[in-house]
Amino acid sequence: MYKLLLCQKYLRTRYIALASIVSVMLGVATMIVVNSVMAGFSSEMRDRIKGLLSDVVIETNGYDGEKNPEAHAELVRKVVGRHIAGMTTTVEIYGMISFEYAGQWITRPVTLIGIDPKSKAEVGPLVNYLQSYQDEKDGKAIIRKAERSADVPAGWTLTQSGKNYRRERAAQEAFFREQRQHDQMQRGDPPREAAPTSPTDSVVDPFALEAQAHAAVPPEPVDPAEPLPGKLYIGAGLISFPFEESDTGKLSTQWMVRTGDDVKISTVTAGTPQPVYFNATVVDTFKSGMSEYDSSLVFCNLEYLQQVRGMVHPTTGERAITSIQLKLKDFKDAGEVVDKLRAAFPPGLYTIRTWEQKQGPLLAAVDVEASILNVLLFLIITVAGFGILAIFFMIVVEKTRDIGVLKALGASSTGVMAIFLLYGLSLGVVGSGGGVACGLLFVRYINQIELGITYITGRKVFDERIYYFPEIPTHIDPWMVVSVALGAMGIAVMASILPARRAARLQPVQALRSE
Amino acid sequence: MDRYAAMNSCSTADEPRGHRAVRGSTSDSLVEEACETILLSSALPPHSQLVATGIDKAYRKGDHRVPVLRGVDISIQRGEFLSIIGQSGSGKSTLLHLMGLLDSPDMGEVLLDGQRIDDLPARTRDQIRNRVFGFVFQFYHLMPELTLVENVVLPLMIRHSIWSYWKNRRTHIDRAKQLIDRVGLSHRLTHKPSELSGGEMQRAAIARALVSQPQILLADEPTGNLDETTGREIMDLLNRLNTEEQLSIVMVTHDANLAREAARTVRLTAGRVEALAGAA
Repeated sequence: MYKLLLCQKYLRTRYIALASIVSVMLGVATMIVVNSVMAGFSSEMRDRIKGLLSDVVIETNGYDGEKNPEAHAELVRKVVGRHIAGMTTTVEIYGMISFEYAGQWITRPVTLIGIDPKSKAEVGPLVNYLQSYQDEKDGKAIIRKAERSADVPAGWTLTQSGKNYRRERAAQEAFFREQRQHDQMQRGDPPREAAPTSPTDSVVDPFALEAQAHAAVPPEPVDPAEPLPGKLYIGAGLISFPFEESDTGKLSTQWMVRTGDDVKISTVTAGTPQPVYFNATVVDTFKSGMSEYDSSLVFCNLEYLQQVRGMVHPTTGERAITSIQLKLKDFKDAGEVVDKLRAAFPPGLYTIRTWEQKQGPLLAAVDVEASILNVLLFLIITVAGFGILAIFFMIVVEKTRDIGVLKALGASSTGVMAIFLLYGLSLGVVGSGGGVACGLLFVRYINQIELGITYITGRKVFDERIYYFPEIPTHIDPWMVVSVALGAMGIAVMASILPARRAARLQPVQALRSE
Repeated sequence: MDRYAAMNSCSTADEPRGHRAVRGSTSDSLVEEACETILLSSALPPHSQLVATGIDKAYRKGDHRVPVLRGVDISIQRGEFLSIIGQSGSGKSTLLHLMGLLDSPDMGEVLLDGQRIDDLPARTRDQIRNRVFGFVFQFYHLMPELTLVENVVLPLMIRHSIWSYWKNRRTHIDRAKQLIDRVGLSHRLTHKPSELSGGEMQRAAIARALVSQPQILLADEPTGNLDETTGREIMDLLNRLNTEEQLSIVMVTHDANLAREAARTVRLTAGRVEALAGAA
């Protein structure tokens, strides 16, 4: 009982110990804040990395594709059918996108993915990322309402505004053509025939020639508002850039290509690679929030891409694919599904991975970062522990006489030790309690605090241009909070062991004589 | 029995070097008186309550071994008021500490009711300190953080586990208050030691020593830090406890006048018992 009483009294009268409490508190609070923000970032990151990926990806090792997608899909269904919630087949190939902006041609490398929007939407949240389904916002204000409601399935049709834009542009082009012809007539030049072939045609294989001819002289659609046969969803990062007004510092997105514009796509055919290119209409743009995807992915209609790349068998009409994507009913089964599929398909045919395995290095990097930070922060708490150690030694020296008296009154060595261990524990409890409270409050109001710091320093602490998040994401894991608090208490107790032992070993007579 | 006789006999073989130690002429007469008394009361009751025999104790100072006690024999009867007198450094406090198990002797034994207690396990010695002995120190040694009541009840807290103390806390607190009342401090219950005067603190320390109902009160210069009047009060209190409750008291002092109040006086000089005195 005297242990509790004295411990409580010491706690209330030894203000020097508050210094160590504060350091424990700060350590715990920092650790909670950092962990919550890291967890927030990482779960947000995972969401975004996952974004356009499906749970399990079955990919061919080459880019020629596998001829028999239906049979393979059937095999997948047979092997792991009960786990599957959705399945789609795609073609993936590298390519280049070229478009004209401000009088010059801009070319960028892309990953071209041929998809069937209907089945693709089954394996991942496609609609959530397409801009025609979202309100366009400028800060908080909506500047354009969503043009499609979320229950309309994704397809390759243009929105009304896209059609209008396309029609206007066609009219404009027609006008310019007329003008040019008119000018030429005036000057008396003979109207030049458009050269149907280029001098290099002789070396191009016939299939490519066909595609090229098809692309080079685009068949004028009957309705100018209708898109070309090649239709694309383009990543927003490819065709737009953030623009900062120099006087106001306001950020806005500048679009180089609009929905309804035509762009040129170059890629290679299957088999012996031959260059092919085609014009395609931008039907929609997407923004997953993952900059790697937004600035490199272009989705194309699967049939057209297969056709252009020569992946359609000329006689049987079989279409090749390069990957099968699966959505599982429960992602927990992913490992089992992957194992079964690996066993089912002949080796070397497909690479079968979960999305986590596919993005392994990136996810691992985030994890490693988090664990290193944790180690460093725990060291901070350990430093606080040494503070406790030093202060406790001081208190033991200061209390030497009292310890002697306690022993004279019959207190055992373990009892005296218990006083100081208990004292250390209560410092730890108070410190980590305060730290948890501070940390949780900080996390709760982190965005307000960020605004405040930005206001005071005039420098943006959290730049959305760098992080892609409008706000600092946080995620509080109760287990993390509990384990940090327990760890801090443990350190406080450990730090008090040495001084407590010293106190316990004091001979009562020596202690009493320290007058 | 002969051991007791030897113990109680004045070690007259030694030269009475105590002369130099004792201040004032009154002390000289005291010594003579003491020696006379021994001769008169050589046959002491055989049942001594606390006995220390052949106690040797030395302290280490670096490589030097500084002897403090060299073969001291001393005993106290039940209900006796014994004072140990000697100059500073004569080892009287050390002797008291050894008798109260605050320290262990290099040689010799401490017996309580005929049973050796100095070689018991630490845990048992702690309990004996708590239950058998009550300590009063020159500098009171109250816990500065605790109130008067808490200070007085401390030995009971130490004795009982948290649970059993909590169950009977009313009884314990009542007992502490009763003793505080006894030493006349009931108006100071919730005061901190820093708010008490020296005499009040010593009275509180006595109350604390008494709360565990000890068999023997060990007082180390209880008045050493007090002025004459307050010292007088403390001595009266001790005398009353001795006469009214038959409490055995061993008091260490360097003041021969105070020592004379005790029923028996032992003079320590240079680590040896020099004289034993009967009733002053």
